[in-house]
Amino acid sequence: MLLDVQNVTKTYPVADSTRPVLDGACLTLGAGETLALTGESGSGKSTLLHLVSALDGFDSGEILLDGMAMSPLSDVQKAALRRGPVALVFQQLNLIPSLTVLQNLAFHARLGGREDPRQIAGLVDRLGLAGLENRYPEQLSGGQQQRVAIGRAIALRPRLLLADEPTGNLDETTSDAVLDLMLDLVRGAGTALFLVTHSPRIAARMDRHLVLKNGRIT
Amino acid sequence: MNARVWIGFWMLLQTTPLAAQGFAGLGADADGFAIPHPGAVLEFPADHGAHPDYRIEWWYLTATLKGDDGDPYGVQWTLFRSALRPDDGTGWQTPQLWMGHAAVTTRDQHHVAERLARGGIGQAGVTASPFAAWIDDWEMKAHPDTGISELTLSARGETFRYELALSAKGPLVLHGDQGYSVKSADGQASYYYSQPAYDVSGTLFLPDGPVEVTGQGWLDREWSTQPLSPDQTGWDWFSLSFDSGARMMGFQLRDSGAGYTSATWIGPDGQSQSFSDGALDVRPLKTERVSGRDIPMRWRVSLPDQGLDVEVAALNLNSWMDTSFPYWEGPVTISGSHSGQGYLEMTGYD
Amino acid sequence: MQLATLVLGLALATGLWSAVQAINTQARENYAEAAERLGINRFATLSSPSGPIAVDTYVRIRRAGWQVSPVLEGRIGLAGRSFTLLGVDVLTYPMEIAPQADEADVSPADVLTAPGRLFAHPDTIRNTEQAALPVPLVTSDRVPRGIVMTDIGTAERLLDRPGQISRMLVLASQPRDLPPLSDIVPTLKLTAPRAGDDLSRLTDSFHLNLTAFGLLSFAVGLFIVHGTAGLAFEQRRGMVRTLRALGVPLGLVMRLLMVELGILALVAGGLGLVLGYVVAAALLPDVAATLRGLYGAPVSGSLRLQPEWFASGIGMSLAGALAAGTHALWQVRRLPILTAPGQHSSGLASETAFRRQAQAGVAMMLFGLSCPWLLGGLVSGFVLLAGLMLGAALMLPLALSRVLSLIENRAQGALAEWFWADLRSQLPGLSLALMALLLALATNIGVGTMVSSFRLTFGGWLDQRLASELYITARSNEEGRRIESWLSDGQADAVLPIRHAETWIVNQPARIYGIVDHATYRDNWPLIASLPSVWDRVADGTGILINEQLARRGDLWPGDSVTPAAGWTMTIAGVYSDYGNPDGQAIVSLPLLLSRFDGVPARQFGVRISPDRAPMLKDALLRNFDLPASAIANQAEIKDRSIAVFEKTFVVTGALNVLTLGVASFAILTSLLTLWTMRLPQLAPLWALGLTRRKLARLELLRSVVLAGVTGLLALPLGLALAWVLLAVINVESFGWRLPMHLFPLDWLRLWLLALCAGAIAAALPARRLNRMPPSALLKVFADER
Ligand SMILES: Nc1ncnc2c1ncn2[C@@H]1O[C@H](COP(=O)(O)OP(=O)(O)OP(=O)(O)O)[C@@H](O)[C@H]1O
Ligand SMILES: [Mg+2]
Repeated sequence: MLLDVQNVTKTYPVADSTRPVLDGACLTLGAGETLALTGESGSGKSTLLHLVSALDGFDSGEILLDGMAMSPLSDVQKAALRRGPVALVFQQLNLIPSLTVLQNLAFHARLGGREDPRQIAGLVDRLGLAGLENRYPEQLSGGQQQRVAIGRAIALRPRLLLADEPTGNLDETTSDAVLDLMLDLVRGAGTALFLVTHSPRIAARMDRHLVLKNGRIT
Repeated sequence: MNARVWIGFWMLLQTTPLAAQGFAGLGADADGFAIPHPGAVLEFPADHGAHPDYRIEWWYLTATLKGDDGDPYGVQWTLFRSALRPDDGTGWQTPQLWMGHAAVTTRDQHHVAERLARGGIGQAGVTASPFAAWIDDWEMKAHPDTGISELTLSARGETFRYELALSAKGPLVLHGDQGYSVKSADGQASYYYSQPAYDVSGTLFLPDGPVEVTGQGWLDREWSTQPLSPDQTGWDWFSLSFDSGARMMGFQLRDSGAGYTSATWIGPDGQSQSFSDGALDVRPLKTERVSGRDIPMRWRVSLPDQGLDVEVAALNLNSWMDTSFPYWEGPVTISGSHSGQGYLEMTGYD
Repeated sequence: MQLATLVLGLALATGLWSAVQAINTQARENYAEAAERLGINRFATLSSPSGPIAVDTYVRIRRAGWQVSPVLEGRIGLAGRSFTLLGVDVLTYPMEIAPQADEADVSPADVLTAPGRLFAHPDTIRNTEQAALPVPLVTSDRVPRGIVMTDIGTAERLLDRPGQISRMLVLASQPRDLPPLSDIVPTLKLTAPRAGDDLSRLTDSFHLNLTAFGLLSFAVGLFIVHGTAGLAFEQRRGMVRTLRALGVPLGLVMRLLMVELGILALVAGGLGLVLGYVVAAALLPDVAATLRGLYGAPVSGSLRLQPEWFASGIGMSLAGALAAGTHALWQVRRLPILTAPGQHSSGLASETAFRRQAQAGVAMMLFGLSCPWLLGGLVSGFVLLAGLMLGAALMLPLALSRVLSLIENRAQGALAEWFWADLRSQLPGLSLALMALLLALATNIGVGTMVSSFRLTFGGWLDQRLASELYITARSNEEGRRIESWLSDGQADAVLPIRHAETWIVNQPARIYGIVDHATYRDNWPLIASLPSVWDRVADGTGILINEQLARRGDLWPGDSVTPAAGWTMTIAGVYSDYGNPDGQAIVSLPLLLSRFDGVPARQFGVRISPDRAPMLKDALLRNFDLPASAIANQAEIKDRSIAVFEKTFVVTGALNVLTLGVASFAILTSLLTLWTMRLPQLAPLWALGLTRRKLARLELLRSVVLAGVTGLLALPLGLALAWVLLAVINVESFGWRLPMHLFPLDWLRLWLLALCAGAIAAALPARRLNRMPPSALLKVFADER
């Protein structure tokens, strides 16, 4: 099992409510598998993704990645995790504004020490970014930016790709194209995909579809 | 406060009733200064000179003059001495301070100048024999061996200058009791004598040019340590020369009550008679606004014992002495039972 | 945060500016007051070319009718310090010295008779020192500061000069028909009242220096304000857009923003005034000491608030805010209603802006450089300085950007690549703060170089100039002659008379000295330029030496001819350096001087003797001639005193230096803090991509240090240029001498490290904040509802 989320609870310290966002959430995901998670707005989808990508800590339960428990990891180890087996694509604000498209694409992989120039050159083509390599993010459209973000995550060649509504603010056609590309890439690389979305249409294209409600996953 | 005003203020304290208010203790204790005593005999020429062991002293000359242009003129020349301590001393640190006032009054002008100096360096002083009194270039000087009968007199200000010669036509007059002049019911007193009968001639240099003048002069000499009593607020002093040849010195010291008056009647032959408190009656008839103060400019003066009942009126209302301590001093004309001219000094009108 | 920065920046700028203004106006007021109180500019004076005047002479003048007032002046030691004692005749002195009547606990008898009273301004002698005085003291704010006044009777006793008068004031009002003074006292010299007071003329250059410093501080402050105001408006864009979309007219919005800025400026100006007051109050004692030491100018050590100072502070604050705000408002005006806020984070757009700025900078530099040729004078020197500094500041962003992209191209590794690229992209936001730092650093280098060069040169010059072992000042010419003959009688190796006359050379007051031909001069005198066998020319009476001030002002050099007095022309044989003296000076042979001037005092000598015998000779002189200790100074004392005066001069400069550096690092801090909210979205992705917060924090620190370091390197050439301008242009214009430039690389290193520290300190706070930031806060950046 690549990812095993066991009974995780997470509470944000908010003054008025102590009700946990995640309240015994459980989930498993095998290598190369694709999974869609839906749920009402505010149900805790993003929170779960953040926990899985070791960006934030949780209160109880455990998350195992390739059998390795996350809760005892140090800051440095968690950071290493984010440069290696796990990559996360946000809905927006993914790119580093001071770097060019090419630099952005290669950045994560180089940070993780797994840069492969040939693969990146291929990615540029696959992502339809040819001719835009030396542009800066501000000079790209939203769809183009999102494609760079996905490409950057793929370039890292992670075991697990997490995506939080990666097509949230794109129109339907663009969003379908981006999704196609993403599925294409993860399948080719044997990467598992854990995708959060609101769209049943997108969810339907994944191997599995889970729903988060009242802090639990069903 | 300007140093001059400050020093003037100090002198004022000693010569007017303000002393009584500011320095109440002064009346009781003379701070080592000598005090006038009845029965003392004045000696001349020695007493023409300074008496440093008394607190204050003055050589006070006034003259009523007529110019070759026919106009009346008045001239004042005064040297005050004020001692900080009853000793003499030389150099800058002498306690003897001197102040000179000089003035020329015409019908419509009044020229004033003032000088301050210290005694110890020779800038001001008085010698008895031969007599000389001076401050800076102002000088009242006797011909040798004439006592004070033959004098030359000079002073100079920004706008005026005068050179006069004085010649005495009568004897010295001792006021009060042989020169012991009582100033209040409490017994404050001074030594006081006069030479009231100078013939004067000389030149006044005025902004419009020089004027040759002749007329009558009157020298007052007075020294004391505490001439006023605590409740006295000022005085009105008259020196009157009548066309009859008689003269009268009279003063009133004002206080909260009836005041204190004193007079000396001097016959044409120079024989004098003193009148004590109450014999002389002076009362203001009309006041005028002068330098922001209400000052009597017309007086009724009567000495019934001598059949005197006259009105005294200022020649020039603005005879205001705008000096370190200001007062009114100027020539007057006399009408009524007697006619003539004289000088009037008024202090303490605030 | 912006609010605080804006207010603080403006307050700092106003503070420094008004501190300098406060010092200047205080000093000027004191000069005017002193001149007024001493009657220097109101009354003619009567003095004797041959020394003191006898009291009898005074009485003679008085008895001739002239209204004069005697003054006896001398130096006196009181409570362990040395003062000018002015003895006046309180009966005739035309100015008031006693305090108000109601405060005066002093009677005429106290003042006029022994022991007398001293009068001094409360600033001059403190109450606590009064116990040590020989004569009771009355404090009076009518006495000029730094001077002790008393009655002349007390003065002659304290100074032990009975019967002497230094000079007489001829009072304004004189009686008519007086004989001419020259008939009464033909030997005395009448000097007309001096137009304009000497003190302000002398000290003008000093104050100009201070003002320039104040302006510089203000400029640095303005950089901060400009930056923050811009940012504040940038952040308001959203609001402005919404308001405009709602139909509020643009004019109204602009006016509202301006009013808001105005109110902020007033608040900040007020704070700045308080700050300025504190700074000025702290510095004033040193300034006062400098002015007293250098020019003998009586300046109060304590500060009085003055309306003009107040107005100038608030005015500068408003003007500064306005200048900073208009630019920002201009941008708001051009803001279209609909486009999204641009995240110009790549640094692409800024490149062109930088280039335009740099062009403006070059233009300013050229203008500054052309100024001395076009205008000339001290002002043009300062314009040159301003052009150089501002021009360089404007060129800084481009230069930094170029340097950084150079490094970026060589960077290895993703992180390094990002670091340098990011650094460059951050320049627009930080450039103003960095400009401020550049200016502060360059000023530091420039002024530091000038001061150190000066100190070095001055020290060497003193050694040359003060060659004699003892310097004697006799009380009278007669005493001088006796001492001279006694010394020449085998007591000393050589006696060198120091005799001088006052004259005018090249339309300036100048002092002309006569010297005897002696090896002391030949070996030691600090000549800058000379004809061959210069000393022979002086000795045989064919040559004259002039000081550097005179040479530069009159554009004279050896070989030229000069007219030291009416109808007397001589060839300049040499030019010598003469620091610390604002006036012209010349040297000829003594016989020549004596043949040209009458009544040249013979009271001063230099004595050559082997140094170990000097103290004994001093004792012998004091004993034999019953001289006051102050009459003989030995070389070491004079040197110490002179150097102390010059050290004081630069204390102020040093303090202002440190302050500007402080302001500059504060500017960096405020820029970093205001950029913080924009910075987080740039850093959060990196964190998400696998960098720890600690690492990011360290990079942030490094970023600031690197920027400060590079700026520091760029400041070096600018600082040296500044130093050159100060030494070769400003100094020549304001003091009349040019100083050789010495370089002090160790000082630069120290300063550079200081700049690094400033960068690190400025970044420490944001970095710490980043390091402590909880992950959830970082994640918020990515939250959808942003
Ligand atoms: N940093 C935080 N601090 C406090 N509360 C938070 C924080 N992040 C999220 N929450 C709260 O936790 C709950 C879950 O938030 P989360 O972002 O995981 O929801 P979501 O399912 O992703 O919603 P959406 O579909 O709108 O993205 C919400 O109620 C949110 O307000
Ligand atoms: Mg979400």
